[in-house]
Amino acid sequence: MKAEKILWVIPILAFLAIWEAIARAEFFPQYLFPPFSHVMVTMYMLIGSGILAENFVSSLVRVLAGFVLGAIAGIGVGILMGYNEAVNRALHPIFSLLMPIPALGWLPLLMLWIGVGEALPVTIVFLCSFFPILYNTVTGIRSVDREVINIARTLGASKRQLLTTIILPLALPNIFTGLRLEAGMAWRVIIAAEMVAIPTGIGALLISSESLLRVDVIMACLMVLSLACLCSEKLLLLLERRLTRWRF
Amino acid sequence: MPSVELRNVSNDYILCDVNLRVEDGEFFTLLGPTGSGKTTLLNVIAGLTPYRGTVLFNGKPVDHLPAELRRVGYVPQNSVLFPHLDVKANVGYSLKVRGLSREEVDEKVRELLKLTGISHLESRYPKDLSCGERQRVALARALAANPKVLLLDEPLSNLDPKTSYHLRIELKRLQRSLNLTTIFVTHDLSEAEEMGGRVGILYKGRLLQSSTLPEILFSPSCEEVFEFTGRLNIFNCQSYRPLGGVAEVDCDGILLTVPYEGRPIRKVAVNSKDIFLSAEEIPGPNVNLFRGEIVDYKVNGSTVSVKVRLGGSLEVFSEMPREAFEGQSLSKGKKVFVKIKLKAIKVST
Repeated sequence: MKAEKILWVIPILAFLAIWEAIARAEFFPQYLFPPFSHVMVTMYMLIGSGILAENFVSSLVRVLAGFVLGAIAGIGVGILMGYNEAVNRALHPIFSLLMPIPALGWLPLLMLWIGVGEALPVTIVFLCSFFPILYNTVTGIRSVDREVINIARTLGASKRQLLTTIILPLALPNIFTGLRLEAGMAWRVIIAAEMVAIPTGIGALLISSESLLRVDVIMACLMVLSLACLCSEKLLLLLERRLTRWRF
Repeated sequence: MPSVELRNVSNDYILCDVNLRVEDGEFFTLLGPTGSGKTTLLNVIAGLTPYRGTVLFNGKPVDHLPAELRRVGYVPQNSVLFPHLDVKANVGYSLKVRGLSREEVDEKVRELLKLTGISHLESRYPKDLSCGERQRVALARALAANPKVLLLDEPLSNLDPKTSYHLRIELKRLQRSLNLTTIFVTHDLSEAEEMGGRVGILYKGRLLQSSTLPEILFSPSCEEVFEFTGRLNIFNCQSYRPLGGVAEVDCDGILLTVPYEGRPIRKVAVNSKDIFLSAEEIPGPNVNLFRGEIVDYKVNGSTVSVKVRLGGSLEVFSEMPREAFEGQSLSKGKKVFVKIKLKAIKVST
C-alpha cells in the first residue's frame, strides 16, 4: 500500500519538476508561464490575504447548496420514477427533453427570470446535478434483481419495507456513481457561471486575474479547483464504501 | 401445516389446467424437464405470478392474497440471498419486517442457524459463502418466516455431489421434524427417487401423472412420462427366489438377480441407459449377463437406441453412446452380450 502511494506521487513530482524547469528556462516570458515555485508563493500570499479563502468559500457554499438540493430532488424523484411506473410514464418524456440541455444553457434564461444573485449559481448547480442523479437513481432501482424482490415479498415485506430495506440499499451503488460524477461537474459548472455572471467566487477571481495578466493567480486557482473536485469525489467514495460495505 | 391444492391452474403460455393436491405435512416432488413450468407453478403457489384457477391452502382459496400475506417459504434455485445483508440479517429478515423485537429476532435466528448448521457463518456476507452454505442460509431464511408451505426450487442443482447428498439428508430430516408441507422441484429423476414421497410429472405445463415414483415408473400414464422416465424396460415377474439381500427372478423366461427387501416382487424395471451392450464377452460373474441379437436400432443424435432380443420373444431397449455403438461395429443381426447393473434394477412390489 505504501509502495503504491509512492508510485502514485512520483509522476506528479516529475510533472512539477518538468514544469519548474521549463518555466525557469524562459522559453516563454515568466508572466505568461510562471514556475511552480512562483505559483506556490502566490498561493501562500492569496491565502494570507484571505482573498482565496473568501472566494473559495463563496464557490463552495454555492456548490454545496446546489448539489445537495439537486441530489435530494434527483434521488427523491428518481425513487418515485423507478418504483412507480405511472410516475415514470408521466415524467420521463419531459425529463428526457430537458436533460440534454447543458446546465450553462439555462444561464441567460435564469438571469432574466431570477436575476444575478446568489440564487443563480445555486440554480445552475441544481440543474446540473438533478438530471444525472435522477437517472442514476432510476437505473439503480430498476436494476435490482426481480428475484430478490420476490423473495422479500414471500418473506412478508410490505411495499414500503421493500423500498427501504431491499431496493434502496441495492440501488445505492448506482446512486453513488451519479453523485460522484456530478460532484466534480458541479465545480466545473459553478466556475463557468461565476466567470460569466457572478462577481464573486473562484470563477470571478479567475476572470479578473486574466484581465490583469496574473497567470500565477489563475494557476493557483486552478490548483485549488482541482483539489476541490478531487476531495468531493473522494469524500463521496468514502461515504459509498461505508454505506455499501457488503460490496467490498 | 395446511394442505395445498391447485384447481384448474393455468398461466399464459406456461401452465395448462394443472390440478394437484399436496397433503398436510407431505413431501411432494415436482419432476419435469427444463422449461416444463415447474418454477412457474411454485410462483403461482407463492402468489408471485398471475394465474387463472384456484389455489387453496387448507381448503381455503388464497388467490386474493398477495405474496407477502401467503406465508410461503421459498428457496429459489440460486438461493437469491440479499447481498447487502449478512447471514444473520438474511435469516432474520422476515422476523424484522414483521416487527419482532431485536431480542426475539436474535433468539429465533440463533435457533435456526443452529438447526441448519451454519452458526459459524452468521457475520459473513453472501459473496463470502459457498453454494452449499448459501442454500442453507436460504433454507434457514425461509423457515424463519414460519411458513405454512415450503417451496424448494431445485435447491440442490448447483451443488457438488457430496454437498448435495448431505443437504438432501438434512432437508428430509428438517421436513419430517417440522412436519412441513413441502413441494420440492427437480429435473433429476434420481434426486426425486432419493427424496421419496409422491411425485408429480410436469411436462409442457401439464401435470401428466401424480403418484409414487415406482407407480410412475412401472405404469407411466402416457408416452411423455415413459419418455421422461427413461424408457424403462419393464418385465413381469413369474416367480422369484429370495437369496438374502437379492432375489433371483424369472422374468418372461430370463433369470434376473435383483435387489430384495423382503416384499413380494411383481415387476422389474431397468432404464435403457443402464443396459450395456458389448460385442465381446464382458468379464466378471455370470450374473445379469445375457446373450442377445440386435433386431433394430435408431440413431438419435449422439446416442443410439438399440432393440435386442434376449431369447424367445423377450426384447429389451438399450440406449448407448453413438461412439460406442459405431466403435464396436454393431449392426442389425449382430450377436451381443447384454449386461444389466444390479443397482440399476427397480423392483415393483
